[in-house]
Amino acid sequence: MAMFSSRSWREYPQRYRLEASKFKKSGKTYYPPRTIDPSNGDTEWETVRLPEEGKVITYTVIRVAPNMWGDKSPYGLAIVELTDGTRVTVQMTDVDVEQIKIGMEVRLEFRRIQTEGEAGVLSYAHKAVPKWY
Amino acid sequence: MAGIVGYGAHLPRQRIKVEEIAKVWGADAPSYKKGLMLREKSVPPPDMDTITLAVEAARNALRRSGGVDPAEIGAIYIGSESHPYAVKPSGTTVAEAIGATPHLHCADFEFACKAGSEAMFVALSHIDAKAMKYALAIAADTSQGAPSDALEFSAAAGAGAFIMGSENLIAECLHTHSYMTDMPDFWRREHEFYPQHAGRFTGEEAYFATTMGSSQALLEKTGMKPSDFKYAIFHQPNGKFPQRVSRMLGFTQEQIDPGWLAPRLGNTYSGASPIGLTATLDVSDPGDLIFMCSYGSGAGSDSFIWKVTDRINEVRDMAVKTHKLLDENLTYVDYGTYAKYRRKIKKNY
Amino acid sequence: MRDVCVVGVGMSQWGEVWRKSFRQLFVDAASAAIKNSGVDHLDGLYVGCMSGGLFVGQEHLGALCADYLGMAGIPAMRVESACASGGMAIRAAMFEVASGASDIVMAAGVEKMTDCSGDDATYALATAADQEYEVFHGATFPGLYAMMAHAHMAKYGTTRDMLSAVSVKNHKNGAMNPVAQYPFEITMEGVANSVMIADPLHILDCSPITDGAAAVIVCTEEKAKALGKPYVKIIGSGVGTDTLQLCQRADMTTIKASTLAAERALKMAGKTIKDVQFAEMHDCFTIAEIVICESIGLYAPGKAGAAILAGETALDGKFPVNSSGGLKSKGHAVGATGVAQIVEIYKQLTGQAEGGRQIPGSPKIGMAQNMGGSGASSVVHILEVA
Repeated sequence: MAMFSSRSWREYPQRYRLEASKFKKSGKTYYPPRTIDPSNGDTEWETVRLPEEGKVITYTVIRVAPNMWGDKSPYGLAIVELTDGTRVTVQMTDVDVEQIKIGMEVRLEFRRIQTEGEAGVLSYAHKAVPKWY
Repeated sequence: MAGIVGYGAHLPRQRIKVEEIAKVWGADAPSYKKGLMLREKSVPPPDMDTITLAVEAARNALRRSGGVDPAEIGAIYIGSESHPYAVKPSGTTVAEAIGATPHLHCADFEFACKAGSEAMFVALSHIDAKAMKYALAIAADTSQGAPSDALEFSAAAGAGAFIMGSENLIAECLHTHSYMTDMPDFWRREHEFYPQHAGRFTGEEAYFATTMGSSQALLEKTGMKPSDFKYAIFHQPNGKFPQRVSRMLGFTQEQIDPGWLAPRLGNTYSGASPIGLTATLDVSDPGDLIFMCSYGSGAGSDSFIWKVTDRINEVRDMAVKTHKLLDENLTYVDYGTYAKYRRKIKKNY
Repeated sequence: MRDVCVVGVGMSQWGEVWRKSFRQLFVDAASAAIKNSGVDHLDGLYVGCMSGGLFVGQEHLGALCADYLGMAGIPAMRVESACASGGMAIRAAMFEVASGASDIVMAAGVEKMTDCSGDDATYALATAADQEYEVFHGATFPGLYAMMAHAHMAKYGTTRDMLSAVSVKNHKNGAMNPVAQYPFEITMEGVANSVMIADPLHILDCSPITDGAAAVIVCTEEKAKALGKPYVKIIGSGVGTDTLQLCQRADMTTIKASTLAAERALKMAGKTIKDVQFAEMHDCFTIAEIVICESIGLYAPGKAGAAILAGETALDGKFPVNSSGGLKSKGHAVGATGVAQIVEIYKQLTGQAEGGRQIPGSPKIGMAQNMGGSGASSVVHILEVA
C-alpha cells in the first residue's frame, strides 16, 4: 500500500527526533505528541525529546511478516519503556530474536523503517538495539 | 583557526569473512587475506543505509562536542557514493534528525572514496572564512562490490562525522593540500548497480601516484617530515595499500596502526580515512600531530595535518569509541544472508 | 426507551467462499434472517463492515446492501468500528427501535476477505491499529496480541497449555456448527506444534481469514409477538473505548474497553456478571479469550487461563464460552463477527442451536462481547429469553 509522502513527512519531528509533548499541569509526556492531555484536558504543553534508552516491557517475534519486511523476517517487535517512563512500539534490530526478553535493556537507533517498493520514498525512524555499551 | 569540535563514528555490527565470500565464488581466500590483507568486512543490514549511518555518527559527534546547539550548525555535507536516493539529498534528512533545520546549507558530495574528506575540506573552509559557527562533515557509505569481483571482498559500510568550528577544538587543522587529475580507474555509470574498475591499473598510477602526490606536496609545503607525526591515516581500499603507501612515504606501522581499520572493517569508501581519523583521535594525546590523506578514484587526494588539543581528554569517552564498534558485539553472517541484506537476490519487491 | 427484541437471524456460508461476492454474502444472510423472522419489510438497515474499501474496493455499503436486498429506498448505513463493526451495527439498530424511530430494523455484518492477497488482507486488518506508530514499525495483529500474551504470561504465569485450551475448546464446539469455517476438532499438541506466527502465538492460536455475513432482525416486542416466532430481548448494550495504541495503556494484560462495555451493558440490563450464564467472546487470538474472561469480571485477573484449562468454559462447563466455535473455528469475517455472535446467543436462548452444541439446562441470559483492534473499542450485549 503506497504511503503518500506527505503522510510520512508530517511525522518527521516525532520519528526523526523523538519529539513528544509534555503537559504543563500534569507533567505527563505523550508520544506521539498530543494536543490535549487525556488525564485532565490540559492544552498547554511544550515539545520535549524522548530519552534514547529504555527496556523491553513486552515483545513478540514476527515470523510471518508483511512483504514490506520480508528481508528482515523474522524480526522482533517490542514495547519499550524509555527511562522517562514513556512507551514506544518499535522494531528490534541487530539482535538474535531468540535472545529478546522482557527486561532487556535497549537503545534507540535511527534506522530505515519502510521502503516503498523499488522507486518510492524511504521512511526513517528509530528501532531498538540491545544496549551493549 | 578551524578544526574539529566534535567527532564520532558508526559501524554496522554485522561482518562477513573473506572465506565465506571466497567459497561461493571458488576464490582463493588465503591469497586475498595475504595479498590484500583483508580478513572480514562490515555488512549493513537492510534497515541501515548511508543516511542512518550518518545520523548515528553525527549524534556521536554531537555527544563529543560539549554541547553544540545543532541549530548553530550552518552546513551539513555528506560525502558518499551510496546516497540512498539518486535525486533527493541525504543531508536534509540528517539535518532534520539532529535538529539542525532549517537555517543551514546542505550538499551531498560524491567523489568515489574521497567524498567524505572533501566534505571535511569544504566544512573547514566555511569556518576559515568565518561564514558560520559550525559546519558538519560526514563521510558515510554502504558500498557495493559486484558479486565475485575483487571489490566484493572489501566493499563495506560505516560512517565518520566531524563538527568543524573555530573554538573549543579537539584537533586543529594546521594545513591541507589537495591533488587531482583525471584518472579512469574506477567508476559507476548512471543506473548501474555495481561499480567497475580497471584492475591493476587502479594501483600504481592511481592510488599510489595520487596519494603520494598529495602527501608529498603537503609535507614539502609545511617543511614537515613523517617522523614529526604521532599518527597517520591513509585511504584503505584494502589492508595492503595504506600500509605500502605509508612505507613509501616514510611512515611506520606504529603510526598507522590506530587508524588502519581495513583488515577487519573492509573498505568503507568515503568513510575509510575519516573513520580511521576517529579511531586515531580516540587514542591520541594532547599535542599529537596526525597526518591524514584520503583517496578517491577519478582521482584525487585530500591531505590534512591535525594537531590534537587538550580537549581530547575531556571528550574521548563522551561517545562510543570506534575500536569498540569495530571489535565488539559482532555478528558473522553467511553469504546467503549477506546477499539478501545487500539485495543481490532477484525477487519481487 | 422501548424494549427491543431479536426475532429472526440468518447466516451466509462462512469460510473461503470463492463463489460468493461481498453483496451476495450479505443477501444470503439478510434473506435468511427475513425468512426466519417472517417480517415483510424493514424500516432501516445497519451494515457492519470493517473494510469493504480495502478488502474488495467497495464502500457505500448501506446503499449497496439495501439495493441488492431488493429494498432500495429504505434508510441504510454502514457502521464501522474495526472488528467490532458488527456489534456496533446491532447497537445502532437496537437504539433506533428503542427510541421509537423505527419498529423493524435489520442489523447485518459482512466481510469478504479473500478477494485480495494475504498481504493486502494483513494490511487491511492492521488499519485497526495505529498506522503511524504501530503498523509503521511492522506491527501486525497477531503481533499486538502476542505482546499482550507475553505480558500476561510474565505477570500471571499464563501457560502455553492455557492458550491451547481455548483453541481446542472452541474447535470442539465449532465442529458441531454447520456454518463453521473449520468444523473439526484439534488437539493440544496440534496447537503447540503448529507454525509460529508471532511468539508466543502459533497459527492455531489465531482466527482465520473468512468470508461471511450474518443478519438479525430487531423489533419492538409488539411486532415480535405479532410475528409469532421465537424471540429474545436485548436487555443491555454497552460500548467502551481505549487508546488505539496498545503501549499507551497502563495495563496491557486487560482490555479496559471491554470492562467498560460490560459494566455499562450489565448496568443497563440491571444484572451482574453472575446473572449471565454463557457468552460469545471475541477470541480473535487465544490470549484474547483469556483476557476478556478477566476483563468482563468473569474471572479475577490471571485466573481465567487455569479455569479454561479445567473445562469451566466448555459447553458443559459452568459458564460456556463460544458455543458457536468462536472466531477460531467458526471463522472471523471481521465486520460480521459481532452480528454472528448475536445469532448464536439467539439460537442458544431459543433452544435452536444445531449439531449438538445446544448448551444444557436451557440458559436464560447470554452475553456477546465483540471488540475492535487490540481492544481500543468494545461492544457488549446482554440478551434474555422473553
